[in-house]
Amino acid sequence: MKDAMEQVASRDAGSAAEFDIRQYVRLDQMPHFLCPGCGHGIALRALLWAIHDLGLDKDKLAVVSGIGCSGRLSAYVDANSFHTTHGRPLAFATGLALARPDLHVIVITGDGDSLAIGGNHLIHACRRNLNMTCMMLNNEVYGMTGGQVSPTTSAGRLTTTTPAGNSEPVFDACALAAGAGATFVGREVTMQIVALRNLLRDAITHDGFSFVEVMSDCTEIFGRKNDLGSSPEMILSQKSAMRPFAYRNTVDEPFRPNTMPTGVLARHERAEYGAAYREMCARRQDKGAK
Amino acid sequence: MTQRRNLQGNEACALGAIRAGCRFFAGYPITPSSEVAEAMARELPRVGGTFIQMEDEIASMGAVVGASMGGVKAMTATSGPGFSLKQENLGYACGAEVPCVIVNVMRGGPSTGMPTRPSQGDIMQTRWGTHGDHSIIVLAPASVAEAYSETIRAVNLSETLRVPVVVLLDEVVGHLVETVDLDAIPAGAEVWRKFATGPREGFEPYAVTDDLVPPMPRPGDGYRSHTTGLTHGPSGFPTQVPDQARAAIQRLSDKLDLHREAIESYRTRAIEDAEVLIVAIGITARAAQAAVTDLRAQGVRAGLFRPVTLWPFPEQALRDTVENSGARAVIVPEMNQGQMVLEVERLLAGRAEVHRLNRIDGEVIAPAQIARKAIEVLA
Repeated sequence: MKDAMEQVASRDAGSAAEFDIRQYVRLDQMPHFLCPGCGHGIALRALLWAIHDLGLDKDKLAVVSGIGCSGRLSAYVDANSFHTTHGRPLAFATGLALARPDLHVIVITGDGDSLAIGGNHLIHACRRNLNMTCMMLNNEVYGMTGGQVSPTTSAGRLTTTTPAGNSEPVFDACALAAGAGATFVGREVTMQIVALRNLLRDAITHDGFSFVEVMSDCTEIFGRKNDLGSSPEMILSQKSAMRPFAYRNTVDEPFRPNTMPTGVLARHERAEYGAAYREMCARRQDKGAK
Repeated sequence: MTQRRNLQGNEACALGAIRAGCRFFAGYPITPSSEVAEAMARELPRVGGTFIQMEDEIASMGAVVGASMGGVKAMTATSGPGFSLKQENLGYACGAEVPCVIVNVMRGGPSTGMPTRPSQGDIMQTRWGTHGDHSIIVLAPASVAEAYSETIRAVNLSETLRVPVVVLLDEVVGHLVETVDLDAIPAGAEVWRKFATGPREGFEPYAVTDDLVPPMPRPGDGYRSHTTGLTHGPSGFPTQVPDQARAAIQRLSDKLDLHREAIESYRTRAIEDAEVLIVAIGITARAAQAAVTDLRAQGVRAGLFRPVTLWPFPEQALRDTVENSGARAVIVPEMNQGQMVLEVERLLAGRAEVHRLNRIDGEVIAPAQIARKAIEVLA
C-alpha cells in the first residue's frame, strides 16, 4: 500500500506544480465511506488533480452532486459543495451557474443518477450548453441501495433486481450526450488516471457544457455478484475493453460490445448559454423593447 | 404621483417579487400560472436578472434552489400537477434552509383535473406536500394588490427565516384583473438573508444562533461549506447521532414558532359582535366579505376572519376572535371537500359549532350561498 502511494506521489510530481491531494479534500471528513476497490476515489483524485493543474480558486469552485455513491463525493471536496436530490444535480447546477457565472461549476453524478432518474436534465443540459462540467461515474450498478440494475448494466449481468441476468440494452452515455448536443464529450477508464486528468482538464476549460464519463468499478457489490474478480482485475478488464478514439474503426457503431472508445469523443464550438442569454437580453434592452 | 393600472394577480406576483429583489426565476409552462413566468421572462432582464424555462417542473424547482444557494433571490411558479412534482426539491429547501418562493395557483384536481377552473384543493398540500417533518410558510392573497404585497412579504420572510414560502393563489385571484397603484403599496426596505461573516476557520454553517436562523455562507466568500439534504449537524455534514438529528429537525419548527409574530397575518371584518363568523381565504373570502355586508343589511350579525398567512395558521387570533365576539357558529366555505375546516375544527373544538360549506364543481362559491348558510346555521 505504502509503495503504491509513493508511486502515485512520484508520478504526480511530474505535473507543473506538485499536486498534493490533501490540499483539495476535507481531511476532517476522512475516512471516506467508499468500499475498498471502488473506482470512484480514483476518479475524484483525477478531478482534483485537474483542478490543481488549472489553478482553480477553491473559493470559486462549486461541486454539485446528486444521490448515490457518486453523490457522496462532493462532501470530500474542499470547495463550495452541494449534495442535492436524486437525479437533479444538473438542475441545481443550472440555477447556480446562471445566477453565479463567476463560479466554476462541476457536477459529479452516477449512471443511475444521470441516465435514469435524471435523464431529462442530462439531455437538456447537453442541449443548453451552459458552462459547467459533468463527470459521470459509471459503475454499471446502483451501489448505494445494494446493487440493483442500472441503465448501463451490461447484458446478462446479475444484479439484485435481475436475478436471471440483465436483458435490457445498455445506454451509451457518451452517444446520448453527443446526440443531445453536448459540445464536449469524453470517456476514460480509472486505470488511465493521467489520461483522465487530461480529459477533465480539457473538459473544465471547455466553454460550454462538458460531459465526461468515467468507467468506474463497483468491486464489492457488482463485481462480487458477477464473479469479476478483485478491483485490479476489474480495472484491467475495463481497460482492455476500451480503445482510444483514434484507433476506433471506421464503422460508427455506438453499441459495439467491448470496444467502447475513450478520449475526447466530440468537441465543437457553440454559443455558451449564459453568455448568449445575457447578450440577447442586452440587445433587446438597447432596442428599447417594452 | 399615482400610477393606476390594470394588473392581473399572476403578474402582480412577478412584479412584487422583482420589487423585493428577486433576480432569478426558473419555471415551466402550466395553466393557470403561466403568466407569472411570462412576466418574469419580460421583466427580469430589465433589472439584470435571469429567467430560464427549464425542461420540467422538477428542474425548475432545482434551479431555483441552486440559484438561491448561489446567493441570489429566486422564485418559481406553478399549479396543481407541477406543484406535486416540485415537492421533493421543495423539501430539500426546507431541510437545507434555502430561501425561495413558490407561487402556486390552485386549479381543480386531483391529477390533471380542471386546469382552467378555480379550486382551493391544495390547502393541505402546501402544508404537508413534501415528505417528512418540516416547516413552511404559506401566504394566501385575496386581491391583485395583495398578490403584489404578499409576494414581497414572501420574499422577505424566506430571506430572513431561510425557509421556502408558498404564495397560494386560486385561479380566480391569479387571473383577476384589478386597478391598482403599485407605488401606493408600501414595499418597505429591501430585506436580505444574513450572509455569513467573520472567521472562515471553524465556521459552522448550521450553528445554533439566538434567532435560530443560521447565517448563510455565499459561494465565493471563502467559507467553502457543505450543503446537503441529509440530516445534518451544525457543521453541515450528515449526522445520524440521535441527539444531533433531533436538534436539527426540531430547530426547523422552533425557528418558525419563535418568529410567529412576524409571520402571522390575518384580516377581520365586523367581528366585534358577530354571532356567526366566516373563515375563508382567497376569492372565497371576497365572496364571504360580500355575504357579511348583505347579512348585516338584513340584521344578521355576521363577521369575517381571513387568514392571510395560511400556514402557520393564525391559531390564537382565531380563538380570540371567536371568544371576544361570542360567535356561536363558524362557517368555513372553501372550494374543496373540507381542508382548512379541519384546522378550524381543531382550534375551536368546544368553543363554537363549526360548519362546512364546500364546492368542488369548478365554480366559485357565491356570496348568496354563504349568506344562506349563515341564516341556516343560526336558525
